[in-house]
Amino acid sequence: MNPFSYARPTETGTAIKTQAKESQAFFLAGGTNLIDLMKMGVVNPSTLIDINRLPLKGIEPHAGGLRLGALATNSEVADHPAVLKDYPLLSLAFNAGASPQLRNMATVGGNLMQRTRCSYFFDLTMPCNKREPGSGCGAIDGINRMHALFGASDKCIAVNPSDMSVALAALDATVRVRGGAGERAIPFHEFHRLPGDQPELDNTLRKGELITAVDLPPAVFTKNVYYLKVRDRTSYAFALVSVAAALDLDTAGRIRDVRLAMGGVAHKPWRLYKAEDFLKHKAATAENFRAAAAIAMEGAKAYRYNQFKLRLAPNTILEALTKAAGTNTPS
Amino acid sequence: MALTPGALLKAAEQKWDEKFADAFEKVPLHLEVNGVAHSLMIEPRITLLDLLREHLDLTGTKKGCDRGQCGACTVHADGVRINSCLSLAVTNEGKKIATIEGLARGEELHPMQEAFIKHDGFQCGYCTSGQIMSAVALLREGRQDVREFMSGNICRCGAYSNIVKAIEDVKNNQV
Repeated sequence: MNPFSYARPTETGTAIKTQAKESQAFFLAGGTNLIDLMKMGVVNPSTLIDINRLPLKGIEPHAGGLRLGALATNSEVADHPAVLKDYPLLSLAFNAGASPQLRNMATVGGNLMQRTRCSYFFDLTMPCNKREPGSGCGAIDGINRMHALFGASDKCIAVNPSDMSVALAALDATVRVRGGAGERAIPFHEFHRLPGDQPELDNTLRKGELITAVDLPPAVFTKNVYYLKVRDRTSYAFALVSVAAALDLDTAGRIRDVRLAMGGVAHKPWRLYKAEDFLKHKAATAENFRAAAAIAMEGAKAYRYNQFKLRLAPNTILEALTKAAGTNTPS
Repeated sequence: MALTPGALLKAAEQKWDEKFADAFEKVPLHLEVNGVAHSLMIEPRITLLDLLREHLDLTGTKKGCDRGQCGACTVHADGVRINSCLSLAVTNEGKKIATIEGLARGEELHPMQEAFIKHDGFQCGYCTSGQIMSAVALLREGRQDVREFMSGNICRCGAYSNIVKAIEDVKNNQV
């Protein structure tokens, strides 16, 4: 690891100012992604600003919903009684990600900032437009079985690896950030971005801005939820495809409201708006779920080695909806 | 010797010897390891794992992948299991660290250590200290699904069935 300067501010304002004035100054929270990237030489900060002493750890009720401090760890959120009771989808997603040790270190803010796990991004001997803009994309004509189906560009076909973010997209969370110009709130679907011509940018955060919290709206999906993550092994692996499904059912079993988001298929958590619209006010049946999955797959584009995801993804949507509805495996 | 650009410039401007400038690269660190307090001056890029092994001679904690993927480096920081390879030592200022060396009480092994011996929960042994530290934390966390909540500890020999037996044994015999 290359040497760097180290700062440990105790006030958020100081941390923001320090980061704003240096091009290669990075905030350090849990370190589970950043330290790894530094060891690999993918990221080479001149200064690390250790933000772990900032007062951003709380998990508290806020505006009828819940506010998750940016420094709350993944396991603190996953095990929090209010999250287990009102936002069980988020607990399921957290526990599907990483390992217990990593979840004890990784924070909510850091998870939002997690870089792609595309092997070409990590391999300094290969081209990667995300790591080195203009160098090309090794994945488009390379080994791309882990890569995107939706929203990719000819510059980058990498996917966002976060499970937390898939659940937060489905729950319509808000990302709160603070910068030199003050605070602002970013709707979750506007936080991460598609690669386009600038795959080096994962999100819409501006220089000098720090994530302070994630706000969850008042709880609606407290019962019929499921997070299904399909991986190369049973646990502790990144998603081939994952689906967050949340249903609000009336007493007759009809769908009052529904949320669907997919992971492992795009540069950002991929919300399935059209499939949601199709399912609203319909019965929670295997037939409707299957039709919704087909709608969700419209516009999917596979590459040489990830063709299998074209079948895996709709099947995962169907299974996640079925589990969320609490019915038996679809026939 | 490795200097940050800032320190290198300062050394050149002040015509300092590099070794002298190196001292400015170090930051103070106070932490407790297995009940023993340490006050040190270290480079910020030293991981907790390297601090334990290279500076404090506590080599029970193992370096496997050094990337947070294998769990061999698992220790407890303020009672919470973490991968020490992905934790910079300086970020543990003021914390209490527990390693495999601190588990036994003199000659009396921790029940989890006893159980690993009883059930032969290892083959080559390289992952064992990480497995045991992780398992001790798993019980403290009250987890029921042992396999899922031990997924952060890889055993390349494949001694999983006996590792799980050892942990289940201690879990079922807790008061």
